Amino acid sequence: MKRVFVTVGTTSFDDLIERVTSPEAVQELKARGYQHLVLQVGQGSILPDSDSCQELTLEAFRFKDSIAENIKCADLVISHAGAGSCLETLGADKPLLVVVNDKLMDNHQLELARQLHQDSHLLYCTPSTLTETLKTMDLAVLSPFLPGHPKHFANFLDRALGVQ
Amino acid sequence: MAVLLALLTGLCFTVICVIVRLLIVIRSGSKCKPGEKGPVCVLVVAGSGGHTTEILRLMESLSQSYSPRHYIIADTDKMSEDKIRTFEKSKKDTGSKGQFTIQRIPRSREVRQSWSSSVISTLNALLYAVPLVFRLRPDVVLCNGPGTCVPLCAAGLLLGLLGLKRVLLVYVESICRVESLSLSGKILYHISDYFFVQWSTLKDKYPKSIYLGRIV
Repeated sequence: MKRVFVTVGTTSFDDLIERVTSPEAVQELKARGYQHLVLQVGQGSILPDSDSCQELTLEAFRFKDSIAENIKCADLVISHAGAGSCLETLGADKPLLVVVNDKLMDNHQLELARQLHQDSHLLYCTPSTLTETLKTMDLAVLSPFLPGHPKHFANFLDRALGVQ
Repeated sequence: MAVLLALLTGLCFTVICVIVRLLIVIRSGSKCKPGEKGPVCVLVVAGSGGHTTEILRLMESLSQSYSPRHYIIADTDKMSEDKIRTFEKSKKDTGSKGQFTIQRIPRSREVRQSWSSSVISTLNALLYAVPLVFRLRPDVVLCNGPGTCVPLCAAGLLLGLLGLKRVLLVYVESICRVESLSLSGKILYHISDYFFVQWSTLKDKYPKSIYLGRIV
């Protein structure tokens, strides 16, 4: 069963939850073969009921200590632009669609999402273009996000500090 | 009048002396090689959440020569302590000596806290940071951006200023920072000995920084 996991982190992002559960978006998800939709809604005012959607199996919760398991089980992750969620999803090597909250201005977290999008590690849209993106997106263009090299840091520091 | 003038001259002289001393201390970093004498004592400033994850990835890459390790966490932080203990336990399992401590200090800046109240809470944190750093006397302070690292680095600098110990300040800007430095980064860029950034855009803007690609 193909699963989609939607996460908004510690804040609220009602726009995203509303759009992704709209009949149009659900239709696109179904057309792509997704059957299960899990929503982490944070402090948002919308907590959809599991029987509110006939087309997909729907599950919604506010917070969990760790969403690692949800990410691991997902075939597609739709996330807010939070650095933590982005890095965790890419680290788990899952396709990621970031939905930018265009009502939040000057959010430095956008920097990372934008850069990772430029480097083809994730797809990028806003709530109003979500349905269109779900329809047209091509997950095959995404390239894996390889881990960084802490060893380079360690070698540099060893040399700088004279560690033998 | 003459007394006032003398006082003023004295004050100016002291300020100039302190500034000159500060510049000398800051520039002497590259000559300071604590690793040549033996194990390097590190003060690791862990922040909350993402900051802690990042700094532990850096700690993972460091050899056994970096010991003991003193982790500093904010007193409101619940998650980091578990992460650190789990990490140190895994390090011990691979045969390295498990010499570490965890210390708590008041948080100097909560997320979204205003500038002016940040100044006051940072001064408050400084009251805790100075005795802590003077007691632990680390060779290196390693940090990656949580607000707590500013007072700790300032305390480290003070040790050098007083000629008690040259503490090296190593700053690694978080991977989340692509185009602009964090507030801590902007402050510590000027006083740190080794300032790492993880995106080339930042290296271009801050030429004194060190860019080795992504290191976490």
